[in-house]
Amino acid sequence: MAVFEALLELADDHLILGHRLSEWCGHAPMLEEDLAMPNMGLDLIGTARTLYDQAGKLEGKGRSEDDLAYLRGEREYRNCLLVERPNEDFAHTMLRQLYFAAFMRPYWLAALTSTDEVVRGVAGKAEKEMAYHIRHAGEWVIRLGDGTAESAARMRDAVEGLHIYVDELFESSDAAQEAEAAGILPVRADMRAAWDRTVADVFAEALLEQPSAAYAQRGGRQGIHNETLGHLLAEMQVVHRAYPGARW
Amino acid sequence: MSVCWQGSAEAAWDAAAAVPDPEVPCVTVADLGILRWVRVEDGVAVAGVTPTYSGCPAVLAIELAVEAALRDAGFDARIERVLTPPWTTDWITDEGREKLREYGIAPPAKSSGSIRSLFGEVTVACPKCGSTNTEKLSEFGSTACKAHYRCCACAEPFDYFKCI
Repeated sequence: MAVFEALLELADDHLILGHRLSEWCGHAPMLEEDLAMPNMGLDLIGTARTLYDQAGKLEGKGRSEDDLAYLRGEREYRNCLLVERPNEDFAHTMLRQLYFAAFMRPYWLAALTSTDEVVRGVAGKAEKEMAYHIRHAGEWVIRLGDGTAESAARMRDAVEGLHIYVDELFESSDAAQEAEAAGILPVRADMRAAWDRTVADVFAEALLEQPSAAYAQRGGRQGIHNETLGHLLAEMQVVHRAYPGARW
Repeated sequence: MSVCWQGSAEAAWDAAAAVPDPEVPCVTVADLGILRWVRVEDGVAVAGVTPTYSGCPAVLAIELAVEAALRDAGFDARIERVLTPPWTTDWITDEGREKLREYGIAPPAKSSGSIRSLFGEVTVACPKCGSTNTEKLSEFGSTACKAHYRCCACAEPFDYFKCI
């Protein structure tokens, strides 16, 4: 059961952030970004699908990836709080993406030696995709941070706003700790040095400073979320709930 | 009986291998290295298919098309999704790369393991005139697997199959 819950946490992170990126589709300020954000969202949702599928098999109650994505309520979602933060503006969206990808890249690299074949398979693809995400989001953080007075101010606001959600990335729930002890998933805390390096490199060019951590907001792994997640799930799940069992 | 099944396995492979990619129809699933193997087990043709990019929306379409091709060839058919070893662009055959180029898509750089090729910091030749004087317009193209380029010599805009 612990491995099921640990995979669910990981899958939820990817699905929720993927859905957030999809919200930009048709609203981006230029065609490239209108393609880029759904493309990145697809990477994340694709990863989530494989993880949900595997989690459902481990649980053994016949729940499919759709059941896990569409038929769980807010308190049953186990994603970290960072990924559910609203898109706000480009500064927030791109910084959130950089923070997440800067964590997931070393995480998936470490997962290449997982004892679980499905995790290894997911990791083999995802680590490369995360490198793309770091690069794309990093370029935007630099462009905005070292841009106009307005863009720099928005970038600083984003750093201020998202900073308290960073620490939760490095914390492992009881379930995750069990999966880590079994060699199925990498130890989250081990990603700190790589994350610091990636973010520091980007911030140096973006003329941004990391605020010193006053306190960290956490709770996502226990199902305690911000109000925004309920709104996201309502939109994401409405069709499936209105037409139970509907299939493409 | 076993001799008969061996022949069948070959026929099953040929049927499955000829299925075109739904998004890049100039190449087959065998050219792309998406079709890993076909086995005939107890009269059922089982095809091992591997996804390309995590979020590739074509995965299901490809699996259905391979299954349909096997049924058309007279087999009971089943698809097995193969995750390891993960697909990279190095799985594309030389013939597949040539077909991509003829179709107007610059094939991916070789050796996907290199961080330089991953980030597209490679020389991409124009699929029309062959010039290497090209520039990247967008990291993200018409499908998840492509980036958008332009040839500075002949002015042709073209897709580059991203190297992963």
